[in-house]
Amino acid sequence: MAVRKNQANLTATEKRNFVDAVLELKRAGRYDEFISTHNAFIIGDTDEGERTGHRSPSFLPWHRRFLLQFEQALQSITPSVTLPYWDWTVDRSPRSSLWGDDFLGGDGRSGDGRVTSGPFAFSGGRWPMNLRVDGRTFLRRSLGTGVRDLPTRAEVDRVLAMDVYDAPPWNSASDGFRNNIEGWRGPNLHNRVHVWVGGQMTTGASPNDPVFWLHHCFIDKLWADWQKLHPASGYLPTGDTPDVVDLHDTMKPWNDVTPADMLDHTKFYTYA
Amino acid sequence: MSRPTRRQLLHGSAASLAGVVLAAPVAHADRAVARSAGHGHPGAGGHHSDGHAMPEPFDEIYQGRHIQGWPADQGDAHGSRGDHGRRAQRLAGPHDGMDFVVRIDNDDLHVMQNVDGTWISLVNHYEKFSTPHTLARAAVRELQGADLVPVITG
Repeated sequence: MAVRKNQANLTATEKRNFVDAVLELKRAGRYDEFISTHNAFIIGDTDEGERTGHRSPSFLPWHRRFLLQFEQALQSITPSVTLPYWDWTVDRSPRSSLWGDDFLGGDGRSGDGRVTSGPFAFSGGRWPMNLRVDGRTFLRRSLGTGVRDLPTRAEVDRVLAMDVYDAPPWNSASDGFRNNIEGWRGPNLHNRVHVWVGGQMTTGASPNDPVFWLHHCFIDKLWADWQKLHPASGYLPTGDTPDVVDLHDTMKPWNDVTPADMLDHTKFYTYA
Repeated sequence: MSRPTRRQLLHGSAASLAGVVLAAPVAHADRAVARSAGHGHPGAGGHHSDGHAMPEPFDEIYQGRHIQGWPADQGDAHGSRGDHGRRAQRLAGPHDGMDFVVRIDNDDLHVMQNVDGTWISLVNHYEKFSTPHTLARAAVRELQGADLVPVITG
């Protein structure tokens, strides 16, 4: 059984294997398919229209499936690799080892936000921005600029305490756990982390920054934590909801997987 | 109309396989936009489905960039600006999320209104803005002089 670990606890070899597998997917042209898929849903998901990947109940199972697909792609390069998660309630500084040159590389430089260190720096030539929203071809970050602080553990706990998964109108105006962890309401968890990292992470093409996967892996873990805290609270809605993925509806773009299929992550991996 | 951003897209990453593959979808997106421009915006009619007032148009130079915005159903009034631009090719869906057109130096910035009346853009997707005008200014600051490019999805 695959075990997903906190990135802070990875060995040097585990970090190197993860980074090398990511770089190999990029070199082989497979990485950008994930950016393209994600951006399609970012643009297509609307509050009052069809919505699947974001601003809707299936935000969590959709990203769980998306991460599984990415993890399987990494494992096709190096079978032992699993997605690490970034607990940003603990590792909340630009000086965290996450941003080390042996892992994701550092903050962007002043002026243009270009990341100049680590394996994804433009100068290394191995991390081109092929799918992007503007003309800049280098990875950018601006840690802690768009918003000063990452969410705190207290804010996470406040959201984990919510006992209803989601609620009408099933979009960015909803009450419930899903919309509060996504961040359109409440203390703003998921969205705020994208803004805190800055650069490509603030755009629709956010998977251009590999920290996307570590951030969403933690969101995925928090969903699993919430399920453990609220065993009687299931995925909602369960049926006949226009424009929204019900419990047993299939999710685009795969069309062969439902939220119900994604509820038990232990079929696929566990969290250390 | 000159198309510097498209050139940039096609040549900027010419060495990569993905960059080459992008050429076909870009052409397709341009055709789709040209077609839809002739039929007006499907949501045209002056009323916004969720009851929020349509924001005021704007047209200014902000930090050296020309930013403009207007309700999409007033597209005819802006015919002198050429075609309706190089929108992103979008996932098929009942709503296209483009009730309001925002451009930076004549390049379309994809924007979307949240159900609470706030706005987001593809450049600042995870952050809400009160109006398309404040959104456009934020995008200019984020772009740091860079041009928008059409984003290909799929």
